[in-house]
Amino acid sequence: MAPSFDHLREEDLDEEDFDMDEVDISDLREKYEVQLEQGYDAFVVIDGLPAVTAEQKPKLVKFLLKKLNTVGRTSEDAIFMPLGDDGMTLRFAFVEYSSPAEAAAAVRQLDLVPLDKKHTLRVNKLTDVDRYGREGRVDEEYTPPAIEPFQEKEHLRWFMADPAGRGRDQFVMFRGDTVGVFWNNEKDQPENIVDRQQWTETFVQWSPQGTYLTSVHAQGVLLWGGASWSRMRRFPHPFVNLVAFSPNEKYLVTWSNRPISIPDSGHPVLSLDDDGKNYIIWDIETAKPLRSFAQQDVTGAADDHAQKKPAKFPWPAFKWSADDKYVARLNQGTSISVYELPKMNLLDKSAIKIEGVMDFEWAPASVRRDGVKTYEQLFCFWTPEIGSNPARVALMSVPSKQIVRSLNLFSVSDVKMHWQSEASYLCVKVDRHSKSKKSQATTLEIFRVKEKGVPVEVVDTVKDTVINFAWEPKGDRFVIITTTEPVGATAVPPKTSVSFFCPERAKGNAVGNFKHLRTLDKKNSNAIYWSPKGRFVVIAAVGNSQSSDLEFYDLDFEGEKPEAEKDLTANLQQMNLADHYGVTDIEWDPSGRYVASWASAWKHSMENGYHLYDFRGELLREEAIEKFKQFAWRPRPPTLLSKEEQKQVRKNLREYSRIFEQEDAERISSADVAVVEARRRLLNEWYAWRESIEEEVDEERAALGLPDPEELLRKKAEEIEKARAAAADAEKAEEEIVEELMEEVLEETEEIIN
Amino acid sequence: MRPILLAGHERALTQIRYNRDGDLIFSVSKDQVICVWFSHNGERLGTYRGHQGAIWTIDIDPTSTLLASGSADNTIRLWEIKTGKLLKTWDFPTAVKRVEFSEDGTKLLGVTEKRMGHLGTIVVLDIKPDVDAEQADEKALTIVCQESKATVAGWSYLSKYIIAGHEDGSVSQYDAKTGDLIYNLPIHELNQPITDLQWSHDRTYFITASKDKTAKLITAKDLEVLKTYTADTPLNSATITPKKDFVILGGGQAAMDVTTTAARQGKFEARFYHKIFEDEIGRVRGHFGPLNTVAADPTGKGYASGGEDGYVRVHHFDKGYYDFMYEVERERANKLAQAQAQAGTATA
Repeated sequence: MAPSFDHLREEDLDEEDFDMDEVDISDLREKYEVQLEQGYDAFVVIDGLPAVTAEQKPKLVKFLLKKLNTVGRTSEDAIFMPLGDDGMTLRFAFVEYSSPAEAAAAVRQLDLVPLDKKHTLRVNKLTDVDRYGREGRVDEEYTPPAIEPFQEKEHLRWFMADPAGRGRDQFVMFRGDTVGVFWNNEKDQPENIVDRQQWTETFVQWSPQGTYLTSVHAQGVLLWGGASWSRMRRFPHPFVNLVAFSPNEKYLVTWSNRPISIPDSGHPVLSLDDDGKNYIIWDIETAKPLRSFAQQDVTGAADDHAQKKPAKFPWPAFKWSADDKYVARLNQGTSISVYELPKMNLLDKSAIKIEGVMDFEWAPASVRRDGVKTYEQLFCFWTPEIGSNPARVALMSVPSKQIVRSLNLFSVSDVKMHWQSEASYLCVKVDRHSKSKKSQATTLEIFRVKEKGVPVEVVDTVKDTVINFAWEPKGDRFVIITTTEPVGATAVPPKTSVSFFCPERAKGNAVGNFKHLRTLDKKNSNAIYWSPKGRFVVIAAVGNSQSSDLEFYDLDFEGEKPEAEKDLTANLQQMNLADHYGVTDIEWDPSGRYVASWASAWKHSMENGYHLYDFRGELLREEAIEKFKQFAWRPRPPTLLSKEEQKQVRKNLREYSRIFEQEDAERISSADVAVVEARRRLLNEWYAWRESIEEEVDEERAALGLPDPEELLRKKAEEIEKARAAAADAEKAEEEIVEELMEEVLEETEEIIN
Repeated sequence: MRPILLAGHERALTQIRYNRDGDLIFSVSKDQVICVWFSHNGERLGTYRGHQGAIWTIDIDPTSTLLASGSADNTIRLWEIKTGKLLKTWDFPTAVKRVEFSEDGTKLLGVTEKRMGHLGTIVVLDIKPDVDAEQADEKALTIVCQESKATVAGWSYLSKYIIAGHEDGSVSQYDAKTGDLIYNLPIHELNQPITDLQWSHDRTYFITASKDKTAKLITAKDLEVLKTYTADTPLNSATITPKKDFVILGGGQAAMDVTTTAARQGKFEARFYHKIFEDEIGRVRGHFGPLNTVAADPTGKGYASGGEDGYVRVHHFDKGYYDFMYEVERERANKLAQAQAQAGTATA
């Protein structure tokens, strides 16, 4: 079963997976057939012209031509304006354009355009007039659209209820041409939920709350979900490359590097307005496009440097506010366009002009600032130094467009902005150069967004290049990775240092000043992966052929704390060190209990497969899979428990864990029993088969009168033995024992005694 | 388990075989020489010279009297083991990739290569198990492989069937008397050639190794797949150990696919699997090229492996090997011992 768009359009589908009634192509087909028969596609009919005499006619034609030629090519000869019996024109004209596309453009652009104060043009395709204008073609009576009876849909959050009652998480694996979703079984083989060949053409992606699985095809994007993994939505964006969801799964942005080209026969969902566009913003609920956008040239800063680089498209180009109410796009160097949803109109009908703006980032959560009661969403942006004006980092509130806080900076070469997951802090990493531009230094400026007046704290000056930064989710600690030289084309990447920062201990609920906790030198690490629940962090060397270490750290180690760090709100301890050769990606499961690391065939073909660790870094499972491409944990929607309920759970954790441990122990022992039982069965089966086959062969052998090969060997051995014995005998017979006693008188002496 | 390294060949090994007594090891290589070694100490007993091309295959008759070899010089040669005398040469149009004696040593089969307009064939020759006898020139039987050429073949129990493994991953069963095809089953992945086929002690079942990274244990009678052993590398050879219920698989990334990261990537290890439970039990490292052939001592004392690196490594099992048992196996052994003891007391 290959769920691709090709198949969806065919009528002879027999799979139960999708309902053919949903795919309505009758209108398309009708249109297509009509056009084949006629060939008047280049003609338009213009209504609403003034009635003029035959003498005035050429003047009107000339005047009309000016308008008509704005969208295509036509001439006086191609305009036919018939005269009535009274010698006046009939207030309409037929116009032939040089191509159907131009005719279409005329309909799109000239319809309802005023010719003068009294007259407004109405432009229609001749084929449309023919189709709808004739008597009986369009029903005179209004018939209300039939509202389909309500159909119960599958529960889209079914995956939150593990049938095994263990609260396991799901993950998707894409290997070879097959995509499968599994329950995580820790050490054991993951339990397969669904496995389909050619489920996607390029990659798969979960929606941010885990409701849908996205598959990407040349014809568009499909969303799958529910316990039956049926097709939920279809977004036919031809040659789509990338997909992004809004944080609350209400909207979807699709992007293709090829501008959309609407064929003459039309497109079932997109209209001619979408022609030439690259981005489409869709409403997920209705699966309808809201608005489309063309790609912007990113050569805004037109220095030599930018031209050398291959064209880079910023992704995501459209960034969402935390509550899905706004989506914004950067017009580099000039403005930020903020659109309101669901209408997709520009906020206050104009883009927010910010001269020189380089980048912006929405706060990842709706912030409640101290002393601010009205609704707002925040984003931050930065502008470089322009002339004598300093560089600037600022926070803007939407919809009021008020600047909440701004910070002026000097000698800035680059700025990166990092929001903490609850938008409590914004860390701005500022790369500064000295006056001679020879040496570089980085400072970290932290905006305390929730505190009154948004105070800014300068944390530290780092001499080295900061290559990575990550906030603790829902926490107030962060990790940076620095390296001595800028990362360039060297054979061996330079050593890196990993630094941990945390706030000082402070009175009450206040968060103290950020302080440097510890730095670990001479590492190869380049990536930081925090547990989604905070506290634990994995520091890894990813995509590095020499080193592939995964270091697991605990920031609230329940052991002795070094004296020097007693005022800091962290106790750092390395828990484990793992090695996964050729690792290309790492991801925590949404519960923060497991870490998956994998080596993807997209990056290299060596030892593709995945490893599964627990949060402490104990290796639970490793599996080498040929052509392993992608692994992704299914995200979870935010918890429905209130703060108090969560607190209650935390309080009774000991009680819960006792129950869970008992369940685990029981499960493991019963699994062991099952394994032993299975082995016993295999062993018995094997010996039973051996017995039967041996008996059968013996019988057959006896029937055929064939010798046992062992017998042959014995015979030969006997022969040899006999031959050897015979040879020995023969030798014995030939031999004659001759004994000779020799006596020799050497000397004789006589002695006279007495 | 300290191996004995036999460094007598100058090029890649192609096949190793023990004689039925397990005291001699015969090895052939692309260097055109057959070597025979004492298995217990690795001393070379002698060589058989005469082939004009790489030798692909070798087999020994059940009484260790005669030796057959097949070579890229398009011949099968028959030798007297004791003296090294060449007894007979059969010529073929193409290279010979596999030879095997039937269980009583009266028949020899040869697998010939498909090349130069010749289809791959399996030929059967009648053998007189006597060094002084004149061997017949004519083939007793020729099976032509129309579909996919045979890469390996062998005689079943009672010389009843000829079983062949093919280049397309299928396994065929032929009637050994008439040469009629009885079954052809797609056992391994399509178009992943079968690289080896070795018999159990009594030839009622056999193991196949394939480039599809699996080895399979199959019955000779109806080609039923009993067990599948999955490895993470293409396999070149597989053998069944007597005495203990294990199988040994050998393979490794082909030279052209090996990256510079060497041994880690190459997977040049002999892998031991439990024959009945299909679990991997252990690996033996040592070769620095893919393993082309593995052979088990028929007396169960050890095994030998031959690699692309030109070395033969002879291993003698130590005590741990014999002691290793799954719990259920020990249970069964104890039960048998008990039953025997009881039977013993009963007769006494």
